[in-house]
Amino acid sequence: MSPKQAAKSQKAQFQKTEIRLSGSGGQGLILAGLILAEAAAIYEGKNAVQTQSYGPEARGGASKSEVIISNTEILYPKTTRLDYLLALNQESCDKYAHDLKEDGLLLADSDAVEHVPPIKVISLPLVRTARDKVGRIMTTNIVSLGALVGLSQVISVASLEKAVLSRVPKGTEELNLSALKYGLELAEEGKKYLEE
Amino acid sequence: MPEKTVLMQGNEACSEGAIAAGCRFFAGYPITPSTEIAESMSEKLPRVGGKFIQMEDEIASISAIIGASVGGLKSMTATSGPGFSLMQEGIGYACMAEIPIVIANVMRGGPSTGLPTKTAQGDVMQARWGTHGDHFLIVLAPESVKETFYLTIKSFNLSEKYRVPVILLLDEAIGHMREKVVIPDYGDILTEDRLVPIVPPQWYKPYEITTDFVTPMAPFGSGYRYNITGLTHDEMGFPTNKESEIISKMNKLRDKIMRSTTDIVDYESLYTDDANTLVITFGSASRSAKEAVQYLRNHRRKVGFFRPITVWPFPEKQLRQIIKKVDQVYVVEMNQGQLIDEVRKVECYHKKIFGINRYDGEMITPNQIIAKIREAK
Repeated sequence: MSPKQAAKSQKAQFQKTEIRLSGSGGQGLILAGLILAEAAAIYEGKNAVQTQSYGPEARGGASKSEVIISNTEILYPKTTRLDYLLALNQESCDKYAHDLKEDGLLLADSDAVEHVPPIKVISLPLVRTARDKVGRIMTTNIVSLGALVGLSQVISVASLEKAVLSRVPKGTEELNLSALKYGLELAEEGKKYLEE
Repeated sequence: MPEKTVLMQGNEACSEGAIAAGCRFFAGYPITPSTEIAESMSEKLPRVGGKFIQMEDEIASISAIIGASVGGLKSMTATSGPGFSLMQEGIGYACMAEIPIVIANVMRGGPSTGLPTKTAQGDVMQARWGTHGDHFLIVLAPESVKETFYLTIKSFNLSEKYRVPVILLLDEAIGHMREKVVIPDYGDILTEDRLVPIVPPQWYKPYEITTDFVTPMAPFGSGYRYNITGLTHDEMGFPTNKESEIISKMNKLRDKIMRSTTDIVDYESLYTDDANTLVITFGSASRSAKEAVQYLRNHRRKVGFFRPITVWPFPEKQLRQIIKKVDQVYVVEMNQGQLIDEVRKVECYHKKIFGINRYDGEMITPNQIIAKIREAK
């Protein structure tokens, strides 16, 4: 580990990480937030708070789920300055991109989000991967989680896997593990793209 | 059941606490943002031999839990603003007939149907004064998921001990927030059960004026026959118009609560020893207020923190001791100023008392509180 990396990992140890998952209602973002928070809180022993905001509709409408992960007590449970933002549609990208920290990362769906702001962005075909490669568009949330964790390493893949398995419906474990795998692969592609 | 660490919502912690406290009956009508309480109770209750009923509305729901409680079961319901309004009649009946029940009110934006999925703290006064008549009840307001678990247990304990409705005042932010909670072994949880009569049925007076004003309660069907009514009644439970009996009954309802405030009242105070400024708040708003107070402390401002955990009875005495040492007071709440009036009752003449309010459906932020306190000097 280079000194720069070491300093970064030490910083990460004391900092709190603020993540927002956004898109439209019905995309499973609240479940994704819950899985992320559970992976951090239960399987990694950190503190985590997950909150959400959604409209009165059952489907459609704007939906967001927020997760704060920290090694110390979390008081105010909502995010203020984001480290990571997942945007699955243009509306949520436009609405929330300015909440990112200067060095924060926007992870956007490359098909749904056409216009991205001039900040650190990785655009990946999250919905398309869920639909075409995993075979179920419903797994967009898990593909996205895989990509987000692969890029951010805010928790370990092993913890994420455990949390996914404990929360998805019975009989869909294989499907969701495959979604996770595709998400992690996307993250690898995304990293290259960021380095370029 | 052994100790376990879980990530759960405030609403789930409420039903977990209810089961731990011995609740075995739930009747309710789903309403956002309280629905998860009903949902998880419908799953948990049958496993412990309890009963869950989804009723046709909130009036039926509160009536059903009153009936179940008279039958001897620890009973609860959960709702939000619009349903809580409908339940007021039943709450008054339970106050008058001295029937232990627990009502979780997960506050959302109002008035009327308001903002179903947004947070607010607008039911502070309704929780205390929503039902008509001169009455006394207990209202508890947790600030975290963990505290929701413990205060739900406390709600049942106080309700059983004092034969009074207890309102657990949650809000959308706490209800839907997920946090890590360590659920203790149920065997380690202290639970209270209502007193039952030891005298034979023919000697039993269901509303006898006792030294601590709490009368043992015989469950219906156990051989003790007595009358229950919402009309003002005598010690036998029958309607009365006699002045002395009316006064005794009214005083009983007051004194069983107000003479036991040392047992009932709970609060949290931080950094009050050297404080010249005091921040008072409750429920979810206290998360932001605490963060603001810690920030100001780190910037050498002498700010203290006070949070009633029992919103009713309000911790007057305890606050009076603290408030007399400070110069200014800020009351942080997600409404246009309700708790602030209780603070003014405690100390209205000498101190500057300001409200810091937010009521657009979002949680108040630490920055809003910090900015307001900083602009004062």
